[in-house]
Amino acid sequence: MFESLGGRLEGALSRIRGKSRLTQADVEETLIEIRRALLDADVNLAVVDSVAERVRAAAVGAMASPSLTPGQQVVKAVHDELIRVLGQETFRIRYAPAPPTVVLLAGLQGSGKTTAAGKLALHFKTAGRLPMLVAADLQRPGAVLQLEVLGKQIAVPVFSEATDPVKVATRGVAEARRLGRDVVIVDTAGRLAIDEPLMAEMAAINDAITPDYRFLVIDAMIGQDSVEIARRFDAELEISGVILTKLDGDARGGAALSVKEVVGKPVAFASVGEKLEDFEPFYPDRMASRILGMGDVLSLIERAESTMDQEVAQRGADRLKEGKFDLEDFLDQLRQVRRMGPLKGVLSMLPGVPKELRNQDIDEAEIDRVEAIISSMTPTERRNPTLIDFSRRTRIAAGSGTSPTDVQVLLKKFKEMSKMMRQIGVGPKSATRKRAASGRKRRKR
Amino acid sequence: MEYLVIALVLLVLLGFVATKGRRGRVPAAEVVQEVAAPSAVPARIAEEVGDFAAKEPSYAGSLSRSRGPFSQLFARIRGVGEVDAVAAQVEETLILADLGPALAEAISGDLRRSLGGKSLDSESVRQALATELKARFLEADRTLDYGDHKPGVVLFVGVNGTGKTTTIGKLAAHLAGEGVKVTVAAGDTFRAAATEQVSAWADQAGVDLVSGQAGADPASVIYDAIEHAAAIGSDVVLCDTAGRLQNKGNLMDELRKIRRVAEKGAGAVTEVLLVIDATTGQNGLAQARAFGEAVSVTGVVLTKLDGSSKGGVAVAIESTLGLPVKLVGLGEGIGALRAFDVDAFVDGLLGENG
Repeated sequence: MFESLGGRLEGALSRIRGKSRLTQADVEETLIEIRRALLDADVNLAVVDSVAERVRAAAVGAMASPSLTPGQQVVKAVHDELIRVLGQETFRIRYAPAPPTVVLLAGLQGSGKTTAAGKLALHFKTAGRLPMLVAADLQRPGAVLQLEVLGKQIAVPVFSEATDPVKVATRGVAEARRLGRDVVIVDTAGRLAIDEPLMAEMAAINDAITPDYRFLVIDAMIGQDSVEIARRFDAELEISGVILTKLDGDARGGAALSVKEVVGKPVAFASVGEKLEDFEPFYPDRMASRILGMGDVLSLIERAESTMDQEVAQRGADRLKEGKFDLEDFLDQLRQVRRMGPLKGVLSMLPGVPKELRNQDIDEAEIDRVEAIISSMTPTERRNPTLIDFSRRTRIAAGSGTSPTDVQVLLKKFKEMSKMMRQIGVGPKSATRKRAASGRKRRKR
Repeated sequence: MEYLVIALVLLVLLGFVATKGRRGRVPAAEVVQEVAAPSAVPARIAEEVGDFAAKEPSYAGSLSRSRGPFSQLFARIRGVGEVDAVAAQVEETLILADLGPALAEAISGDLRRSLGGKSLDSESVRQALATELKARFLEADRTLDYGDHKPGVVLFVGVNGTGKTTTIGKLAAHLAGEGVKVTVAAGDTFRAAATEQVSAWADQAGVDLVSGQAGADPASVIYDAIEHAAAIGSDVVLCDTAGRLQNKGNLMDELRKIRRVAEKGAGAVTEVLLVIDATTGQNGLAQARAFGEAVSVTGVVLTKLDGSSKGGVAVAIESTLGLPVKLVGLGEGIGALRAFDVDAFVDGLLGENG
């Protein structure tokens, strides 16, 4: 897995963070790291270079101001730069004064147009509109049927006929008008941006139905070619914006940044899951965080949602809040967490995890041992670990194939962690006590 | 063990966020049954599939659109005499071709060394770069293995929209043309109309198809197809699977199960092919890693090379993960699915002469 840009910056900056002064060499080193990380996030090379230039300017400024923490300033400069490129505003649909509002979807094969059409229709329907879908992809086998199935699932009518794409689109829009539908979404066949006959057909559809919105559907996993593809579709269609699909994957989605910077067209919507309702307006600030690496939290949540048992998770959360989290709960949660995959991978996605911890090699066999130790305790022992004396410890060690010392270490660490949990505010009562205590200490000094 | 416990308890906190409940796949299910397939559509599909069969592209022809940055590179080199500047430009070009920053840097570094002291005309740079690129590929057997025991089972896996179904359709037609007896397993029971899509291809190729109800367990559809193939004496079973993003744990588990169950059938799983779209950027590496770990991928199919994309991530996958590219899709026609040929690929990308 790629380390997040945030993580890599942290690495690059760890050397200079403590310095009160940045040298030219420090800046260059950091810029190389920033550049690589952005390229690994599939940000287009031209955009990477311009971002790096502006960050350099900021860093040079930081070199000149010894009173501030220069490292932090560089990080902030990168973040600000990403936000600046992505823009602050969320795209808003303005409905046509004379309905229907016509929306045309275009893009490469496999970018997810048909699914996006269904999701967009549901989005409009949820907003209280009366959408209609038009199946003008007569190219891919099964595409019309796919849209019809989607339409059925969300109870939105689908227009299709076996003529040609321009006719289907034109008659589809006319049909929507006749039926009093106020938004029409036209799905088209996937095409390569360089396929001239098919791009001409796209232009013909565009001319025939004069859409209010022309969206280019782009896969979040796309590489350096995103800019070229967007440019060509924009030249042909004058696109209104981009729909970014498959954003629920772990791709960083550098395409969003690239297309906005080079073609000047914003990302309007993002598809964030497999269900039809997993579709939302695009939030530029969230994307900046994702590219910087904070977005991992979202994928983590995603993964937790898809693998964890809701009741068990909720019970664990409740027990933590009540400050009653014991080894029984720990075992439950441990088994849940392990379902998400290798622990090291999961841990690397958590924000704010100290670097030493993130880089710690976690041997899954060791976790097996932790599980074995707790499994070898009686339920009473798990509820109340203070019961565990020498003889019980020996029994548990024998039962789990470990040593009494292992058992002892686990119990000790669990106790320390439970205490820490309460201190960081999970258990409300003890948190106040801790704050009071440390306050008193400070006053004494 | 200290870090371990800290880590675990941190993770326990995750419980807070997982309150929205288990997210499974909600398949198109019965709805497919309700929608009467519009009578005009199958005819149309057959017609379109028929059209595909006509075109027969070449590596050089399909890759001509991908060549842009390389052509510009060689054109620029004419005016540059200095090896470092050439290497820097090569690095940029390789990055634009989606080889990724690390590999691009490594290749340009090697190029700098091999070009040292030589004349720097565009042809010598092109040749040196071709040599460096070709050296990054494995000396691997790229032929598909169907095994000795009938039927050989080939699983197609990958993220959504890379072209698994289309690849199966073309491969089925190609194999049938060579007299191989093919059974297609319509194992994508999730995406609406995926079964109809693959069955249009199977009809066109004149091969046997086994499908299940929409929303059926894909592992059992594939198992049934293998048993059926064994019973009728098929040589090979091409198994479609639903597209899935590699970070969805439950869907990757489903894929593991599909592979396990497929092994239990009458045949043997001889190939697990990861289908990757040539437009894919560096996430392709993450895909190859995750699918490789989950189901022991044996090779890569690189699709959609006829666009302007370069498919450079496949070079990165092969050179860093050791997964050989076995097939490429050079265009829309059935004849456009080809065995991967390193020399033709590299020469097509770089152009015959600068």
